[in-house]
Amino acid sequence: MGRAVSSPASKFKPGDRVRVKFEDRPGHIRTPWYIRGKTGWIERIHGDFLNPESLAYGRDGLPKRTLYLVAFNQADVWGRSAGPSDKVLVDIYEHWLDPAR
Amino acid sequence: MSRGHHDVGGLPDAGAIEQSEHQLSDWEILADAVNQALGARGIKRTDEMRRAREEMDSETYRDMTYYERWIASIETILIEKKILTKDEIDRRLAEFEKEWGEP
Amino acid sequence: MSDTPAEAHGHEHPKHELSHYAKRIYAIRDLLLEKGVLTEKDIQCQVEYQEARSPANGSRLVARSWVDPAFKARLIAEPKAACAEMGIDATAINEFVVLENTATVRHMVVCTLCSCYPRPILGRPPDWYKSFNYRQRAVVDPRGVMREFGLNLADDVEVRVHDSTADIRYLVLPLRPKGTEGRGEVELAKLVTRDSMIGVMDALSAVPE
Repeated sequence: MGRAVSSPASKFKPGDRVRVKFEDRPGHIRTPWYIRGKTGWIERIHGDFLNPESLAYGRDGLPKRTLYLVAFNQADVWGRSAGPSDKVLVDIYEHWLDPAR
Repeated sequence: MSRGHHDVGGLPDAGAIEQSEHQLSDWEILADAVNQALGARGIKRTDEMRRAREEMDSETYRDMTYYERWIASIETILIEKKILTKDEIDRRLAEFEKEWGEP
Repeated sequence: MSDTPAEAHGHEHPKHELSHYAKRIYAIRDLLLEKGVLTEKDIQCQVEYQEARSPANGSRLVARSWVDPAFKARLIAEPKAACAEMGIDATAINEFVVLENTATVRHMVVCTLCSCYPRPILGRPPDWYKSFNYRQRAVVDPRGVMREFGLNLADDVEVRVHDSTADIRYLVLPLRPKGTEGRGEVELAKLVTRDSMIGVMDALSAVPE
C-alpha cells in the first residue's frame, strides 16, 4: 500500500502485535471506543503527525506523534466475523498502543 | 466518563442505509465554504471544530442535521476565540429576520 | 446590510423558512466579512474549489490504473504525485493511501467518529456516508452494508474495513470488471462509481444506460 514512512524513533514496526489501551480519558480522542482494549498488529507506519488531542484545544499539537495503521481480526473485536478472514483497520497514535504477546 | 455521542462505531440497532441524496441548499454550501475559509486563514483547526461538536449536548447533536452541527461548532469556536460574541450574532440575525419577513 | 448569497448553485429556500442554525450562518458570515476576518473572495474561492471536485477525478485515476500498470504502481506508491500527473490537485490531503481491491480482497472505508473523506479527490461525501447507520454498521457488518449496495461476496474473500480516524485519506481502487479488455480510459471511467471508490460496491460491469 505504498511506501511506509520509516521512522527510526517509532516504537513499533509492521508485524508487531499491539494492544490498544483501554482508557476512558476526557477530551478529544480519535481512538474509537470499540477498539479500545483490543489486540491486533501493526500493518503500516503512517508517519508523524500533530496530536489532535492538543490541537482540539487551540494548542500546537507538538510534539508530533507516530501514527500507525493497526489491523484487527473481526472476530477479535466483535466476538464474531461474517467472513473468516475479515478485518477492521484503524489509524491509531503510538501513545494509545502497548506491546502485546 | 463514557463514550462520546459521536463515537458510534459498532453501536447496535442501526437500520438500513438510506441511499437517497439531497442537493445542498445555499445555506449548506455557505456553511461548508465558511468552515473551509476559516481553516485556510488559519483561524480554526479541524480538531477544534470536531471537539466543539463532541461537547454538544447529546440530544441536540442527534437532532441537528449535518450542516447545522457545523454551523453550531463554527459559532462555538468563533466565540471561544473572541472573534465574535453570541450577542452580536443574535442581533445581526434579528436584523436579517426583520428583512426576511415572518415565518 | 444585505445578505448577498454565495455564488452557489444550491437549492434555494426562502430565508424565513430556514431552521434556526441555517439562518445563523448568514449572520455569522456577514459579521466575519464586516470585521475583515474573511473576505468575499475567501468564501467564493472555497465554493469554487468544492464545485471543481467530484467523483469524476477518482474515476479517471482508476481507469488509467486499469489500462496502465506503471501508472497504477505510481498511484499506489506515491498517490499525490500520480494525481498531479493527471492534473488533480490532492495537495490538501495530508497523507493519501490507495487501497487496491483484488479477486480475494475488498476494502471499505468509513469514518465512525465524524465524516472524514477524500474530499480533494472525490468532492463532498454522500449523505449516507455521513449517516449514523453507516458509521455504526460499517465496522461491524461490512458485508451487510455491501449487500444493501448490491455486492455479495463469498466467504473466501477478505473484507478489510478502514476506519479513517486521523489524517490519512483512503481511496479504494476497485477491481477492473471482467470482459472490458480493449476498452479505452474514457469508457472505463464510466464504470467507476463513487460508491466503488468508497468500497461498498464493485465497479459496474456494463456502461450504465
